[in-house]
Amino acid sequence: MTPFLVIIVLALLALTVWQMSKIFELSKGPDVEDSQIANDKDNRQQAKIMLGFMIFLYVGMAYCFWHYSKLYLPEAASEHGSQVDTLMFISIGLIMLVQVITQALLHWFAYKYQGKKGNKALFFADNDKLEFIWTIIPVIVLAGLIIYGLFTWSDIMNIDEDDDPIVIEIYAKQFSWQARYAGEDNTLGEANVRFIDGVNNVGLNENDSYANDDKITTELHLPVDKKVLFKFRSQDVLHSAYFPHFRAQMNVVPGMVTQFAFTPSITSEEMRNSEYMVDKVKTINEIRKENSKQLMAEGEPALDSYEFDYFLLCNKICGNAHYNMQMKIVVESEDEYNEWLSEQQTFEQSMDQ
Amino acid sequence: MSATATAPAHDHHDDHGHHHKQTFITKYIFSTDHKMISKQYLITGIIMGIVGIMMSVLFRLQLAWPEESFWIFETLLGRFAEDGVMSPSIYLALVTIHGTIMVFFVLTAGLSGTFSNLLIPLQIGARDMASGFLNMVSYWLFFISSVIMLSSLFVEAGPASAGWTIYPPLSALPEAIGGSGAGMTLWLVSLAIFIASSLLGSLNYIVTVLNLRTNGMSMTRLPLTIWAFFITAIIGVVSFPVLLAAALLLIMDRSFGTSFFLSDIFIKGEVLSHQGGSPVLFEHLFWFLGHPEVYIVILPAMGIVSEVMATNARKPIFGYRAMVASILAIAFLSTIVWGHHMFVSGMNPFLGSVFTFTTLLIAIPSAVKAFNWITTLWKGNLQMNPGMLFSIGFVSTFITGGLTGIILGDSTLDINVHDTYFVIAHFHLVMGISAIYGLLAGVYHWYPKMFGRMMNKNLGYVHFWVTAVGAYGIFFPMHFIGLAGLPRRYYTNTAFPYFDDLADVNVIITIFAIITAAVQVVFLYNFFASMFFGKKAKQNPWNATTLEWTTPVEHIHGNWPGAIPSVYRWPYDYSKTNEDGEYVIKGQDFVPQNVPLQENEEELNH
Repeated sequence: MTPFLVIIVLALLALTVWQMSKIFELSKGPDVEDSQIANDKDNRQQAKIMLGFMIFLYVGMAYCFWHYSKLYLPEAASEHGSQVDTLMFISIGLIMLVQVITQALLHWFAYKYQGKKGNKALFFADNDKLEFIWTIIPVIVLAGLIIYGLFTWSDIMNIDEDDDPIVIEIYAKQFSWQARYAGEDNTLGEANVRFIDGVNNVGLNENDSYANDDKITTELHLPVDKKVLFKFRSQDVLHSAYFPHFRAQMNVVPGMVTQFAFTPSITSEEMRNSEYMVDKVKTINEIRKENSKQLMAEGEPALDSYEFDYFLLCNKICGNAHYNMQMKIVVESEDEYNEWLSEQQTFEQSMDQ
Repeated sequence: MSATATAPAHDHHDDHGHHHKQTFITKYIFSTDHKMISKQYLITGIIMGIVGIMMSVLFRLQLAWPEESFWIFETLLGRFAEDGVMSPSIYLALVTIHGTIMVFFVLTAGLSGTFSNLLIPLQIGARDMASGFLNMVSYWLFFISSVIMLSSLFVEAGPASAGWTIYPPLSALPEAIGGSGAGMTLWLVSLAIFIASSLLGSLNYIVTVLNLRTNGMSMTRLPLTIWAFFITAIIGVVSFPVLLAAALLLIMDRSFGTSFFLSDIFIKGEVLSHQGGSPVLFEHLFWFLGHPEVYIVILPAMGIVSEVMATNARKPIFGYRAMVASILAIAFLSTIVWGHHMFVSGMNPFLGSVFTFTTLLIAIPSAVKAFNWITTLWKGNLQMNPGMLFSIGFVSTFITGGLTGIILGDSTLDINVHDTYFVIAHFHLVMGISAIYGLLAGVYHWYPKMFGRMMNKNLGYVHFWVTAVGAYGIFFPMHFIGLAGLPRRYYTNTAFPYFDDLADVNVIITIFAIITAAVQVVFLYNFFASMFFGKKAKQNPWNATTLEWTTPVEHIHGNWPGAIPSVYRWPYDYSKTNEDGEYVIKGQDFVPQNVPLQENEEELNH
């Protein structure tokens, strides 16, 4: 499809050049006045192109929605995520409605009222009723959106500690993530960059008893349907912990602890087997196979085939390798989660080694 | 107020027939004439624009064909692109400097600097700016800051590369990224000088508009361009000093060991002594300017579009008072919405609610403006000059880009599209492309006033249509890769196989970007060639009503050879008819502002 588009674009470009040369020839003709001010002929011609542009715009928008809306993220894998998506779809629907109407009016008027010698424009300077209408309509629509948005926002951001969420620290540094589980006591031990020393690479206070049973990992495992409260800490610069599939994001700020909570609702396995993901992974693997052929022809190793996993990525510019700061996330049943967690070393054990 | 204030200036200048002897240096270089200064701003802005757009083409190449070798990289980037493969550090530097140049040097100085200087004295009926000297200083400070910014490209460790928002600690620590060494120092120095230039300019604009209006030019008879420039200058004066403060504090943190923005940092195996600062504070200070800044960019474009559109539609702008009111409302709201850039910065979520509320309110005056422009076209007699096309294009991209603001301004939705390509698509359409359209509309429309010659209209048409198709081709598909969760400022997306299926969209975007950038050459040719070979302009080629077209084509010091004209009406008496259906002035569909009310004519209450 890409070469096809390239060809179209090149063809359009060629058409432009041809038109340009034609215009030049015409402009040299004897009967054409040379004032460089649009005359009736220009008005007619430009208005027609305007109509053509309107068609281009609508076809382009339709094309994008038809072919690219499948790129939208899969069904949200967190409980609050579906709320975010609903609001997103309502908003997109609304703005596309406004877009379709206003662009049509704009371009249609530009075509319809093309200038002509002798035509008289309407002296129409003011109309309070109209002004009122298009002030009040946005007011009402926006009021609705604002209220809906704010309720959802406070739902997401107000963390009810009574739910007894699992507390996990996400620790960021150039250019990797680590996770710290609170252990048996579900309380994170005290930490500060000043405690960083050798194996103690996230800076836990060794004298804090809460810290002993903390577990530090390089993969993030989460039990499904359990609320998780993330505490974010950075040791160097700003990062942003972005969990696109969970509709969650929070900046990670050196010098302070930020937080975000969500409840994962779809396990990695379920997501992998969803219709959306099976399709997507198939497409991706076809692309990778195609790219591998080229790589092998150049004598380089082929690309691995891809299997879906949730990931956490850095979404705030943080340095040269910003583009590759990621951590694998596994959402699994509670049993699997507990089993995995029990295999991880505690802080105390790792310090004793 | 205007009557008392302008009377002395008016008297003083009535006998302004004589001419000072001018040398090349006083005429073209250290000129205090607002018309020359505006040309200086425009040409400097265009040169910076060429650099900024070239940079975007370079990093678009990298994004479409990641880590492939291009001879152009090797030629232009040298040691930052060994074997023609762009390095991650120069990629980040390119996006940083592209953003900085386009926002500050092209769309702030190039747009507002050019047209405020050209039009404020000419359209309000003044001999020059209130202070010609300050005006000259303002331009030369801008020039110096441009030179410093460009020189930072040649620093050993590379130019600033922490993003145009230069969030610390990344921008404060050379250990974190190479560009935060000397490159960042030059960036900060350049911006500090730029701010001084902007403040001098803005104060001058404000004083001139308030004090030097000619007889009869009440505030409600000002063209919308002047309203826009005036309010823009006020926003600039209110918000730029805050950026200066942020820059100074950052300089302190970088060079003098203070801790305004730094705390608890462990880098390169060492704990830094900084304690107690907060990067979030910097974000607040930065966006307190940063958000008004986008209105500093877009308001002048709005003013220009209103004026060009009314003139070419041969119709008054619809809802003059509503247009002024919405400029005021936008200006006011623009200073209380900065937090919508920081919904997920770690600030209190309650603040997020407040900023969502104020942000979505901005949609109301913006919608009023868009509807008013559309209504201005309705039943007009549209003259499709290139300036008009760019004005219509402006309304189109402003609507498309503005609407997605409703998504980004909503804190709930921002969580998942924050810092993705969705944001890039949004702000490029609504403030990048739109403001450039405004700038170009202004250039095509006032070129005869600036250079006494006409630009070639057919080249203008080619320029517009290819740009219009290209701009949508670049930025409309970009929304979708943003919604797919693709983060901005990634050197390559290949580290995430999950994004592999977005690669062909990136290729399409890049192709459109190259075409769009290439067609700007047509404009550059037209612009520079017309200066020498363009057709000589008439005094009032577009049959416009405003005062600048009552000055002679040949530029003279003091603008009008005789007395400054007085003003008797608002600037939008296009196609005004008497009750019998005849034009107010027979056979002429416009009445210039300096023509007194005719017999039987009613001054309509607009």
